[in-house]
Amino acid sequence: MKAIYNIFMKRTSTYAVAIMGSVFFFERGFDVFADTLFESTNKGKLWKDIRANYES
Amino acid sequence: MALRLSSSLLKSGNGQALQQLNKFSTSTKTWSRGQKAFATFAGMTIGGAGALLYALESSVSASSDNVHSPHQNWSHNGLISSLDHASIRRGYEVYKQVCAACHSMQYIAYRNLVGVSHTEAEAKAEAEEAQIKDGPNDLGEYFMRPGKLSDYFPSPYPNEEAARAANNGAYPPDLSWIVSARKGGEDYIFALLTGYVDPPAGINLREGQYYNPYFPGGAIGMAQALYNEAMEYSDGTPATASQLAKDVSVFLKWASEPEHDVRKRMLIKAAGIFTILAALTYYIKRHKWSALKTRKIAYYPKHKSQ
Repeated sequence: MKAIYNIFMKRTSTYAVAIMGSVFFFERGFDVFADTLFESTNKGKLWKDIRANYES
Repeated sequence: MALRLSSSLLKSGNGQALQQLNKFSTSTKTWSRGQKAFATFAGMTIGGAGALLYALESSVSASSDNVHSPHQNWSHNGLISSLDHASIRRGYEVYKQVCAACHSMQYIAYRNLVGVSHTEAEAKAEAEEAQIKDGPNDLGEYFMRPGKLSDYFPSPYPNEEAARAANNGAYPPDLSWIVSARKGGEDYIFALLTGYVDPPAGINLREGQYYNPYFPGGAIGMAQALYNEAMEYSDGTPATASQLAKDVSVFLKWASEPEHDVRKRMLIKAAGIFTILAALTYYIKRHKWSALKTRKIAYYPKHKSQ
């Protein structure tokens, strides 16, 4: 905890970079999670599941 | 302020001071009489208005003579359930082969099918089958040409008057947003398409009218259009009347709410993010207030003897 504080949060510069970096990874991760949930719930019903039948 | 309050607390008649202090307290408040009266009044007003609206709505529903469409177990029912895109594709076939003879869908374009029910090549092929009026050309004349992706579905009649003239004065409504435009939505479409019966005794229908209990008034200008094996699906699904009705209902649902799937996908994201934010807000509030909440103010009166 102390190491995290010293490395990332002690200076405004590193703090800002840490926030922007973590937001990027969190947002990507959260999006992937939400899309996976949606696509697994609706498996077989979505266009991406049936498009292979119609593409030659 | 604090000093004045605490000194007045020591007096016997300290009701006023307690009232004032109450406003600064972070503990569960005891409500004053006025506050209680106001809350009761507000609760009764809101509750009464809600009950009145519900009663009015129910009486409106009860006053009409048409049968209410039963709720069907759609696969897109549910908070995060998407539309069945194979069904949308079959529903498009039903629209094209059956409904499009009388009903326009002038706000849906062939490009809208791409990535929903058809590939781009297929949607182009669908568009090219249609003849679209375009122009004017170099000579100032209008001409017919094969459709493009950007073209909207062609209408069976040039205008409403022509549509009425061809249908005994009844106007086949545009189907672009029909699911949103009818009470009951896709349940109504399905019930109407499968609900044709012989008119009960005492109901006299004019020439070119049919009886459908789900249609307001019962007398509908549209004949039953969907029968078992009325057409064939390209994917081999048995084309029973209820299957045709179900697929075209899903197709029209998609046409009315093309954002349906995106909306439900976004619900997961929005609900998730707001849950996290609510938890954070709650934690930070407790964290920041903990110092205030746990402090103790003591009052030590000066003894006169000292």
